[in-house]
Amino acid sequence: MSAVTPSKPYESHLLRPGNTNCAGCGMSIGLQWLDEALGDEQPVLVIPSCCGIVTAGAFPTSGYGVPTAATTFASSPAVATGISAVSAMNDIDNPVICWAGDGGTYDIGLATLSAAAERNEDIIYICYDNEIYGNTGGQRSGATPVGAVTSTTPSGKVERKKDIMAIMAAHRIPYAATLSIGHREDFLRKVRYARSVKGFRFLLMLSPCPTGWKSEPDQSTELIELAVRSGLFPLYEVFDGRRYRINQRPDSTSIKPYIEQQRRFREVWNNSDALQAFIDAQWQYLDGMATVFPAKDI
Amino acid sequence: MGRTLATGNNVAGHTLALAGEANRHARGCCAGAYPITPQTEIIEFLSGFKFNKGRIVLVESEHSAMGVCIGAALAGARTFTASSSNGLAYMTENIYAAGYYRLPTVMIAVNRTLGPPWNIWVDQGDSLMMRDAAWLQFYCDSHQDLADTILLAFRVAEDKRVMLPVIVAMDGFVTSHTQMVVDMFEQEQVDAFLPPCVIPHKLKHDHPSTFGGMTFSSETEHHRYAIQQSMEQALPVLEEARDEFENIFGRRPAGALETYETDDAETILIACNTMARTLHNVVTERRANGEKIGMIRTKLFRPFPRKELLAAIGNAKRVAVLDRNHSPGSGGIFWLEIAATLKDHADILLQDYLVGLGGGDVTPENIHAIIDDMNKRTTASEPEWKDTSI
Repeated sequence: MSAVTPSKPYESHLLRPGNTNCAGCGMSIGLQWLDEALGDEQPVLVIPSCCGIVTAGAFPTSGYGVPTAATTFASSPAVATGISAVSAMNDIDNPVICWAGDGGTYDIGLATLSAAAERNEDIIYICYDNEIYGNTGGQRSGATPVGAVTSTTPSGKVERKKDIMAIMAAHRIPYAATLSIGHREDFLRKVRYARSVKGFRFLLMLSPCPTGWKSEPDQSTELIELAVRSGLFPLYEVFDGRRYRINQRPDSTSIKPYIEQQRRFREVWNNSDALQAFIDAQWQYLDGMATVFPAKDI
Repeated sequence: MGRTLATGNNVAGHTLALAGEANRHARGCCAGAYPITPQTEIIEFLSGFKFNKGRIVLVESEHSAMGVCIGAALAGARTFTASSSNGLAYMTENIYAAGYYRLPTVMIAVNRTLGPPWNIWVDQGDSLMMRDAAWLQFYCDSHQDLADTILLAFRVAEDKRVMLPVIVAMDGFVTSHTQMVVDMFEQEQVDAFLPPCVIPHKLKHDHPSTFGGMTFSSETEHHRYAIQQSMEQALPVLEEARDEFENIFGRRPAGALETYETDDAETILIACNTMARTLHNVVTERRANGEKIGMIRTKLFRPFPRKELLAAIGNAKRVAVLDRNHSPGSGGIFWLEIAATLKDHADILLQDYLVGLGGGDVTPENIHAIIDDMNKRTTASEPEWKDTSI
């Protein structure tokens, strides 16, 4: 990872020192890179009930250096809609950004998210996807991958992970992309591109949770690099829901080291084929889309 | 507009729109809107209104409708919405959030029975469900009362001494879908009556803060205590608003409660919404027969006006409460409040009657029967169920 050079005083940074993130949490890098990508622009953060609001710490202090609204669990796109609507009618151009976990995105907040996307609200929605309900101690979510042990799937999850990118692309929103905390330039470019277009923009960031993944905090970025290189977490963009661009193809990296470094997968270690089958099917779909509907002129 | 014939829903939609438009020189207005019988016409009206600086966001659920109001109020706009029955139930989490965030949204509750079994007719159980949600609550008995109360609601909600959201309730169908003659407002009058909406704790880019973060017990207790103090400020603020309303519109809308023939009354009946109008006629009839009987219309339910109610009951020794709502395992919700109000008055016979649940007509005959029952009583009993179809 590359640290943010403190070119501005800490109080003006989006994420301040003293926040409560665990060591190795993907949010810590994600929020710093988000800050870096936005430059001097100050966003409004809209955060539903999730680890992302615990990050702020206890009142009256806050780990966030930008205006931040905590919402109920399923409400961040609705609350952001209200803020964005009033910003627009008052010629305020600060970006309104939802920062939500996978529970608030894939599950309880999906209807609200879908409706805000369908209305094409002027919102950047970033899901930091740690593939569990982290804030409540690590229960399965719709984003939990097949085979992963969580506190409510003690023998490993049977079902596959929901394809939230396909769901969001199906809304024909102007921009959807995946973000990796192991690929800084790609991350910054995508956030900046998202900022440059209007309407609903969806960014999905795979976010390591050493507590829930039973991984080592210092291996978080390495894990995400492995997820990208093995093809488990593809880096790609979808423009207007119809034009696909793959940013990095899988190399010959096996999924096994990714699995081996996380004790959440130990129960199914003898069955890494399930994850490999998921990867193969995912790439068959993605390759097909990128071939038939390529993004050429963007 | 002047004097016009309009349905309750039309009156509510139009008054909300005028109030929203009145904030066009400040941050504008915004509503999240979602249909449910019998309030749907309100959000239809709002959706067709041409705001100079406002947006009606057509969301996918009541939960999000209040979510949009929360966001827009956090950004400093005037906000409002409407709902009923199971819509209010679905919205509940964000209703509490708006109250605890102290955002001065005004919501029209068109009272409808909570299902299942599915029933679209009037029953106050839906908005009374929100009694602990840090919202003020008004109950209106007529179209004019509704129009006037909505304007008062914005003024009280947005007063910095109160800074809490307000529910304005009317009877489903009985008020929402019937027409009455109403004196409606001109935009300039509403502009004069409603100051620009200023929300002191809105999100600020020059003073970034985190709104709604974690607190521990001490801060939470302070927060609740401050809300209680603001609730206690609501009545004097309401009186000021009524004065100002009278200055501008030339009539004085009802305040926390209305009394009729209570001065020398031995028996007093208490009701809200349109039931109170039927009750009014029955009291007139009984007075003509020489009975010392009076009535109180409870208009303000939160904060509950205990002092005003005690003063209105005066020396009466018999009080009957007509509740068009039911708290299973207890009784009528107004009765519970009035029993708490009368806790130091063991000499008063207080009787609860559950009437018109699920939208049953409460006829003059029903009320005569209740008065006859009261006249025979030497003690109070558990809440009485009155089958109004008999």
